[in-house]
Amino acid sequence: MLTPEQIENKLDHVLLKVQKPGRYVGGELNSTHKDWDNFRTKVAFVFPDIYDIGVSNVGLKILYDQVNQRDDALAERVYSPWLDMEILMRENGIPLYALESKQPLACFDLIGFTLPYETLYTNALNVLDLGGIPIRTVDRDESHPIVIAGGHSTMNPEPMYAFIDAFVIGEGEEVIHDIINAIQKHKDQPGTSRAELLHELAKIPGVYVPTFYEAYYMDDGTLSHIEPTVDDIPKIVTKRLVAKLPPPPTKFIVPNIDIVHNRVSVEIMRGCTRGCRFCHAGMITRPVRERTVDEVLEAAKIAIKNTGFEELALLSLSSSDYSNVLELVTKVGEQFDGKHLKVSLPSLRIESVSIDLMEKLKEKRSGGFTLAPEAATERMRRIINKFVPDEEVIDTTREIYRRGWTTIKLYFMIGHPSETLEDVQAIADLCKRVIEEGRKVIGWKAKLNAGVSTFVPKSQTPFQWVSCDTPEQIRAKQALLRRELGRDKNIKLSLTDAEDSFLEAWLSRGDRRMAEVVYSAWEKGSRFDAWREGKKYSAWIEAFEEQGLDPLFYTHRQRRTDEVFPWEHITAAVRKNFLFQDFRMSLEGEIRVDCRLNCFACGILPIFAQTRRENPGEGWKCPDVKSPAPKVVSKSTHQLPVVGD
Amino acid sequence: MRIRITFSKQGALRYTGHLDLHKLWERAARRAELPLAYSQGFHPQPKMNIAAALPLGFSSRCEVLDMRLEQDIQLDGLAVKLNDTMPEGIRVTQIEQVDERAPALQTQVASAEYEVTLKEAGLGSDLKRKIDSIMESESIIRTRRNKEYDLRPLVETLTLIPSPDGKKEKIFMKLTAKEGATGRPEEVLDVLGIAFEETRIERVRLNFQS
Repeated sequence: MLTPEQIENKLDHVLLKVQKPGRYVGGELNSTHKDWDNFRTKVAFVFPDIYDIGVSNVGLKILYDQVNQRDDALAERVYSPWLDMEILMRENGIPLYALESKQPLACFDLIGFTLPYETLYTNALNVLDLGGIPIRTVDRDESHPIVIAGGHSTMNPEPMYAFIDAFVIGEGEEVIHDIINAIQKHKDQPGTSRAELLHELAKIPGVYVPTFYEAYYMDDGTLSHIEPTVDDIPKIVTKRLVAKLPPPPTKFIVPNIDIVHNRVSVEIMRGCTRGCRFCHAGMITRPVRERTVDEVLEAAKIAIKNTGFEELALLSLSSSDYSNVLELVTKVGEQFDGKHLKVSLPSLRIESVSIDLMEKLKEKRSGGFTLAPEAATERMRRIINKFVPDEEVIDTTREIYRRGWTTIKLYFMIGHPSETLEDVQAIADLCKRVIEEGRKVIGWKAKLNAGVSTFVPKSQTPFQWVSCDTPEQIRAKQALLRRELGRDKNIKLSLTDAEDSFLEAWLSRGDRRMAEVVYSAWEKGSRFDAWREGKKYSAWIEAFEEQGLDPLFYTHRQRRTDEVFPWEHITAAVRKNFLFQDFRMSLEGEIRVDCRLNCFACGILPIFAQTRRENPGEGWKCPDVKSPAPKVVSKSTHQLPVVGD
Repeated sequence: MRIRITFSKQGALRYTGHLDLHKLWERAARRAELPLAYSQGFHPQPKMNIAAALPLGFSSRCEVLDMRLEQDIQLDGLAVKLNDTMPEGIRVTQIEQVDERAPALQTQVASAEYEVTLKEAGLGSDLKRKIDSIMESESIIRTRRNKEYDLRPLVETLTLIPSPDGKKEKIFMKLTAKEGATGRPEEVLDVLGIAFEETRIERVRLNFQS
């Protein structure tokens, strides 16, 4: 294996031949450089997309800090090399290496991938290949690192089951330590096998080791059941969650080149109580846990001092729902006024209060104001459980133009269940009304950016049963929008590529058989599937053919109400019967209100009753659990009730 | 107040380009809580000037930057304070106050000196001959971005620095660096038949018009 010095020498000969060589050299302020030989466990965290996208990821930043705070472990970072660099690395025999030490990936004990979205799957395979690590779990032996993965898309881990030794379901802050401890214990017992270590990992709550589970299929290709092959691991793996959010990271990596989010990000709240039925994040990150205003403010101050970044982002799934949002923005606005700092507060509700909040932040009005109505007819809004009347949209946007913003961004989705062309026409009509109102207020300066993406049904949500729109339907809907909105020079319409959405949709509800499709697509050159330069749609279609699988089986099929899903043995602690009830309500156009107002027993409290009991009060936005604890608490082996019972 | 900062740029920072270097300094100023002045208008820009853009991949011992501050500050200890939160690869070596009315920094550069280290050894006497031939010629017409220009008058000095162990030879060059008349080390190397990627180039000195 090459030494870091040899790798650096080779890099010296290739770096000036690639775009943005700064992606491959590390050396950033606040990166942690620990002495390689003095730490027992070496962890490489991988964001399998380019540096420019990966650096600002908050999830990996949290884990990087968690591990580097240990005195027996070190953590380093790895990103996917862009296409030009990959060619040169392969030509020159340069293995993929970590940015801090320049040690090859294969020298680490633990490789931790984050897989927030499905289009990174082929990249993950490519990272392993470039790192000289066997791509398939079964081909790895004692000499290879343990490969783990977490992130939102792993709520259905099955399409990646053949490549990842262990998945972390849910929040990683605590479980990463359990995993490192297990690896160290394993090292202390020479002669124990990799299989024994994996078995130990499978016993950690929230850790799913696919090798120890078998999937059985029915004749129609759906699942019959999924079962552990050993008896001391959970039948159903329940996500991990942290009862109280730990202090937010403040030593963000400051890149030496331009990246996508040059900013300090402070998570003000995790989870969302809104219950939008299409929203994966909203279902899988429950319960809502808030940080205090003081904690957020303090972290923001320290992080800006540590980094000098020009932007501060206050992150959550729904900023308006943060309990003390007015106090927070007032204090943040005062703290950073006149410091040439942009503060962003994403995901605001469509109401005039949101404008007051943005004004408090002294947000530069040049930036544009973003709102997400998602749908434009009452029927559709009821189906997706995001109910914002047209008048609210019109009044709010008129007020935004009136108070000095010239650009408004509106996000919509097409392809919601049972959506018709009339529902899509309504999106166009609403956009036209918004811009007309804008013109009345500020004339031709008024601009509207309409971002219309295509809905992809996700596992662990109320829409996990629904069929996707066909390519013809999507194209017809996109054509309608282009026809209706393309002529107005002040409206900028952006649509997502229909093929991208299908790729995401095959994988989001895929089963284990999809793993061979992923492998084959990668082998045929597919990677960077979210990038125009990378993805090869034809490779995916060929891969499906080779495996004798029909892509439409995964996307264009209404699931039976009693269907066993490929992710049946994984739970985000929101019960299947809750999701099913919510799905039924969507068919009836029934709304469920914000669950801060009324607990609907989604499953979080029943499953995490003990955790809540130990952490009462305002931290969670779920009701307190006052009932006494049952005598025997079995945290990880509880059974999910099946639909209909 | 206008201050002039001299710094080195090495290691990983060789791959940070000119625009990104501006960003790096804006952040450094924010970390050190310097009252950096910004332009007025819709998109305020920090008032900073870098003397001469350093091509990607080059290291430097002598980059120079002017920064305008909204208030006067104490310069004692500032270099240390800035260095405390700099990425490895940027080191402030000197900070001085300059006259507010002095001409813009970029207009004052006269020439730049470079040291080129050859990664592969053994060009020896052949190289010496080629260097002499450049210095003896009257003009060297080259094409860059579809425009012809004469490289020769831009080469003020070009010599071979013998290495003590005979292994890694170095070339020293002093090239004109005025606006509209800037000699590029990689052009000189090309004339010498040396691939730019097979070298390490360090800017060792910037000469200003006095």
